Parts: sequence; C-alpha cells; structure tokens
Amino acid sequence: MSDKDEAMTTSETAAGATDTLAARPEGETLLRVSGLKKHFPVTKGLFKRQVGAVLAVDGLDFDVRAGETLGVVGESGCGKSTMGRLITRLLEPTAGTIEFQGKDITHLGTGDMRPLRRDVQMIFQDPYSSLNPRHTVGAIVGAPFRLQGVRPEGGVKQEVQRLLSVVGLSPEHYNRYPHEFSGGQRQRIGIARALALNPKLVVADEPVSALDVSIQAQVVNLLDDLQAELGLTYVIIAHDLSVIRHVSDRIAVMYLGKVVELTDRQSLYNKPMHPYTRALLSAVPVPDPRRKAAQGRDRILLQGDVPSPMNPPSGCRFHTRCWKATEVCAKKEPPLVALETGHQVACHHPENAADQEPGDTKLLTDLPPQATAEEPTPTTTKN
Amino acid sequence: MTDDPTDKSGRRDTGRKNAGKADAEGGAAPGKPAKADKTAKAAKAAKAGEADKPAKAETPAKAETPAKAETPSKTAKGDKTAKAGLTKGGDARGGPAEPAKGEDGGERSAPRAFLEVRDLHVHFPTQDGLVKSVDGLSFKLEKGKTLGIVGESGSGKSVTSLGIMGLHTVGQYGRQRPQLSGEIWLDGEELLGAPADKVRKLRGRTISMIFQDPLSALHPFFTVGHQIVEAYRVHHEVDKRTARKRAVELLDRVGIPEPAKRVDSFPHEFSGGMRQRAMIAMALVNNPELLIADEPTTALDVTVQAQILDLIRDLQKEFGSAVVIITHDLGVVAELSDDILVMYGGRCVEYGAADKVFYEPQHPYTWGLLGSMPRIDRDRTDRLVPVKGSPPSLINVPQGCAFNPRCPYADVPEGGITRTERPELREVEPGHFSACHMAQEDRERIWNDEIAPRL
Repeated sequence: MSDKDEAMTTSETAAGATDTLAARPEGETLLRVSGLKKHFPVTKGLFKRQVGAVLAVDGLDFDVRAGETLGVVGESGCGKSTMGRLITRLLEPTAGTIEFQGKDITHLGTGDMRPLRRDVQMIFQDPYSSLNPRHTVGAIVGAPFRLQGVRPEGGVKQEVQRLLSVVGLSPEHYNRYPHEFSGGQRQRIGIARALALNPKLVVADEPVSALDVSIQAQVVNLLDDLQAELGLTYVIIAHDLSVIRHVSDRIAVMYLGKVVELTDRQSLYNKPMHPYTRALLSAVPVPDPRRKAAQGRDRILLQGDVPSPMNPPSGCRFHTRCWKATEVCAKKEPPLVALETGHQVACHHPENAADQEPGDTKLLTDLPPQATAEEPTPTTTKN
Repeated sequence: MTDDPTDKSGRRDTGRKNAGKADAEGGAAPGKPAKADKTAKAAKAAKAGEADKPAKAETPAKAETPAKAETPSKTAKGDKTAKAGLTKGGDARGGPAEPAKGEDGGERSAPRAFLEVRDLHVHFPTQDGLVKSVDGLSFKLEKGKTLGIVGESGSGKSVTSLGIMGLHTVGQYGRQRPQLSGEIWLDGEELLGAPADKVRKLRGRTISMIFQDPLSALHPFFTVGHQIVEAYRVHHEVDKRTARKRAVELLDRVGIPEPAKRVDSFPHEFSGGMRQRAMIAMALVNNPELLIADEPTTALDVTVQAQILDLIRDLQKEFGSAVVIITHDLGVVAELSDDILVMYGGRCVEYGAADKVFYEPQHPYTWGLLGSMPRIDRDRTDRLVPVKGSPPSLINVPQGCAFNPRCPYADVPEGGITRTERPELREVEPGHFSACHMAQEDRERIWNDEIAPRL
C-alpha cells in the first residue's frame, strides 16, 4: 500500500537523523510522581476570600519508565489534563513531588526549568488554538531552537525542514501559515515542534481527539513510528479507550482526581479489576452490528454524572455510582495497592480478584432509602 | 400558493445551470485534453437545456393540480432522467443508478417510504467559488427504522440534515442564499418546493432535531422548562400549565432527576449529559415522527454516550419514529442503525444494511474507515491502516471519483477511468449500493485477500 511507502520514507529520514541519540537503558524510571495534588482555589467577594477548592488532582502516585507509553484515561473533569500540565510543570503543584531523572523538579522556577524544557515537551489537544496564526510554520517549529539557544548542525532552517519531513509534511511548507493546513497537518506541526529538541519525555494531551477517524489513524501511526525510531517516552492522555489501548504499554485510569487502576494494557482490557474500569470498557460502542443483536456481554450503564470535584464523595469517590458499593466504601478510602504483579487497584471489592473487605457485604443499594437518597442505582442491562 | 412553486422551480433551475457551468469550468482548469473537455461541455449544455424544458413544462401542471401528485408523473419522469443525466456529467451509461429509482422503477410519485430524499443538491455560493456540500444524494427511510450517515468532517452530513429540516433557506437572502434542488418526500409530501409556512408547521412537530452541541443550541437566557414549553405551545393550543406539565413529564422520561425542580434550571446549571438530555426532551415534546440526531454524543464521555444511545433506542421503540443519526463514529452507527450511508465529498459512496456495510463493504473508502479505527473488540493490531491524504475541498472536488487521490486502488480499473469519470451509485446486490469503478470480482478479491484479514 502506498501508505506504507509514506511511512517508510518517514522512517528512513528519521533514522538517518537520530543515530546521534544514545540508546537509553530500558525500564529505567524517567519520571516519578508521588502524592501529587493540585487544588484550584474558588474565591468569592471583594477580598477574594477562598471559599473552597476544586480538587482537580488529589494525590497521584505513579512512575513512567524510559521508552514506554503510559496512557491516561478518564471522563472529562477527572483531572487528566491537569495532571499532564503538572508533570510538564506548566502548573504549580499544590503538594507532592515530581522527580524527573532522579531530580526533584516540583518547585523549580521558570529559569531553573528552562534546561529541562529540552527534555520534556508537550503536544496539545487542539491543533487550531495551539499554533500562533501570525507565525509561519518555520517560526513555530524553529521557536524551541531560538528559545533554548541551540544551533543545530546545518542551521535552523535545514533542521526545521528535516523535522517537517520526519512528521510527514513537505519541507516546502516552511514559509506557510497554520491556516493553510488541515487539522491533521496542524497536529503534525505541533508534533514537529515537540520533537525539535530531541526530548526524552513527550506529554500528549488528547493528540487525536480533534481529528477525523482516517486522519486519527495517520497521527497514531506517526507517534508509533517516532517512538520506535527516537526512543521516546510518551504520556498520552485521551478519553477514547480504543485509541489508548492501541498506543499504550501501561494504562492509568483516573476518576475524580485519583488513579483508580494502573496496570499494563493486557491485564487492563482482559481483566479489569476496578468496577469503574469495567463500566468504562463496557460503554465503548463496538463497531460490529452483529454484536448488537447477539450481545453476550452485559453493558453496565452508570447512572448520573461524575460528582463535582469541589466536593468529592467521602471514602471511595466512585461509591455514589458503583453497583458494588458497601458501607465501607462510603467511609474508608481504598488505597492503590498491587493485587497482582504490576496491577494496582484502588477498590475494596475489586472484580477478578480477592475481595479486600470480605466482611462487609451489605450493599449500599440495599440499605434503607434515607441512607442512599443521593445515590442513584446503577442498572445492568442486557443488550 | 400558485405562484410560489413557479418561483421555486425557476430558482432551482438557475441554480442547476450555475452548477453545470462551474462543473465545466472546474473540468477545464486541471489541464485535461481540450477535445474531451469540449465534448463534455457540449453534452452538459445540451442536457442542461433538456433539463430546463421539462421542468418548465412541469410547473403549470403542478400548479393546476397541486393535490394530485400522480398527474405530472409523465413530465416529471422526463425531468428526472434529464436531471440524472446532468449529474452524471457525461456518463454514457443509462439505466437506473439511484437507490430511489431502483425500487419504484423511475416513477416519480409520492413514495411509499416514510422519508425519501431524491437527488438532493445543496450548493453554497461563496467568494471562493461554489461549495458543493451535498451533490446528488438519495436515500429512503421507513418508520421505526434508523439510518446512520457516516463520513468525515466536511463530507456534507450535517448539511444534509439541515436540508431535510429546511433550515438552509431560513433568513438567507441574496447572493449568499444556498441553492437547493432535488426532492425530499416526507409522508407523501414534498418539502423542498413546499411553502415556508407549511414547512414551519412540520418543523419541530413532525420532524425534529437533536443538535451536536447542547450548550450552543440551548438559549442561555431562558430556563430549560421555558424552552421546552415554547416548543410545545408553538404546535399545540394549550395553556401554560398543561405545557409545563408536559415539559416535566418529558424531562422525567429522558432521565433527569427531580424534573419538577430542574425544569426551572438554566442550561448552564446542567452538566453536558443533562443538557443533551434536555435537548432530547425538547426534540421529543411533540412526538415527532422523524428525529434527526446530528452527532448527538460527540461532545460526551463514553459512559454518558452509552446512556444517551440507550435513551434514543428506547424512545424509538416507544414512539416508533424514524431516526436519522449522523456521526463519524462507526461504533455509534453500528449500535443504532439498520441502514448505513457512507458519505464522501458530498456524495454517497456506499449505502446498504448495517450488516452488509460492516461485513461486505464494497467501497475502498469504507475499507479505509474500518481500517483506521482501533477496535476494542478485536486483538490489538500493530499498526492501523489509515486513509492517506486528507478530505477534499468541496469547492474543487477531484475529477472523476472524488476519492481517487486517496484511493490505493485507483489504478485497478483500466484506462484511468477513476480520474476522468465520476462513478455512479450502482446496486451490487439487492439493497446494497456502491459508487466505485472497480469490477465486482476485483473488489471481492481485494476485500477478502487484503483488507479483511488485517481488520
């Protein structure tokens, strides 16, 4: 297929340019995050008195290993984008630590962060608003060199043109403006900019969600190729579970500012342990009309919406929508523990694993209505 | 009443003439052999002339007997074939090519299907040229059935839906006014040529629509209840209290908790999923017989999406209405639709039962769509198979098959026919249509050997 040819040329140019890059040992921890929190204050009145806080990210612990792709999924408002902005230090964390290559970068100032910006780059969600409409593509992709004072071999222009060809654009596009490009091409410009300084870690915030299906596949393949050739480490934030499964090695599922499940791709999709993960997976529409008629699996319909992060539920944050919730769920917050090797779950009553609170069997949904007045009952329907 | 149709058809004709002209000019630009171009132009001019005559002949007949749709069938038939000839753009092959014609034998009468769209064209004149958003689209839909329209952004899906609703011409005058032609039959009535007042009475009552972005479709200044009550009272002579009761009942039906309280909430007080529910309630308040859902779940999370899709399915079962669902998500289409129409560059490239389109797709673009999406229900593949390139500009649609610059099999048919001649929608098997020049054997071979194993 001709697309393969395209990919081939891309890979050749990329490979030619990257032999300078030393191979990093696999599996070494590149980024470690512990107890990370970000609370946005909610103020009121003349003196901006703080009346509350949006607990956008409320205690995250995970690490990212060199060369892998960590996927982060969750509903809108669960704090995944805030998390992405925290680890690239575009936002100042409220608490917790972020270590990049063993160095604490939690509270580094702008000047101290600058050398690190070479190693940590970001691809933004919206290719329409993340490119300055008054700058040419050359100026946009060349900006990192200018800001970092890097003089690439052969000059900035040549390097920018090389980058453009790496991401599948034509070097002649150097003098064009963003509005002359389609959405997919703009996203490629954003990717070229992120790759300009040979970063170690790329945080991609919904890199494909603004694109059409056919273009989406082009960008996903491009990210794949670049990772193989440049040895990049990705943190990919997305809400589309099928895209996340395609790109990630390990996946973190977030709910209301917390990681509820963190494991490798295989066990997440084959053996989800957290009820929320199971509900999410079952909600994905399957492009197969025969499944509609003869659907063996149960679709779990979660009722209602995600509660407000200003006032999250007590105990396990999912207990208001969980069909397995018991009394302990409303009182005690489940810790994120490894129930199997490499499979961390924060749940008292996980699926596909031993119950963590076997003594507590009384379902919240069976309790008298006054206790559960605010808890809608999720129903399991068979389609 | 009497002069209105005359006016309409007159305008339609000029629109078509312009379209023909633009076509010919577009053809001249990319440096084709001059001879072929001239003949094409001549053929077009001749056909445009033919198209004019029967259309004019038809108008008085229509004006005299507006009630009987049967009478002008003879002239209309001539008109129809001429039209088809024009849209073919010099295609030598005759014969029924459109799904609408295939079943009722080229007879133009009030169709048996509940909704039938025939040869719909929606063209927007702009400063850069004529944007052919929809260029010859035909489909039909029975009551209680669901049609899914899929395609990339800019393929004309939403323009089609607005065309059925009759919303293109509202408040649009002068040069910016879009040019519409074709026929839209709803329950035995033609909508495109009908007077605005009549369509207004149908809109919201018989046909209603769920829009993509509930935040911009709902009025921020009025409460949700007020907006639902308004939609109800426009079509029903009831007092406010009854209408309000109806609004509360509907909000309850679409699953909004405490509807009696939430009816007085403003749209900004609702979450995304609830706003979409409120909009569904508004669309359903008059028990519409045709519901058009334009990307109803695109802005929503998967869990909420599942709720909304379930709701639409339940409501359809309950009210027995016909549903047109427009989306770019093949998963959503597979969940809901009975029939699927795949659009590309303003035209239908494949049309058939959902099962057929998913399991025996006939068009390379459909293959591309199926290959582009990561599937959660299959084993993970190493690479996706994207469609190369990007969607075409609707001002300058590629010559020949609109998909040819992106099609990996463009050279399979001999003689470069894909680059010169636009393929017509042909029936590959009963009820399954595809617009592709490739021979049936080639398509089957490629699908079975190259595409299917990789999905």
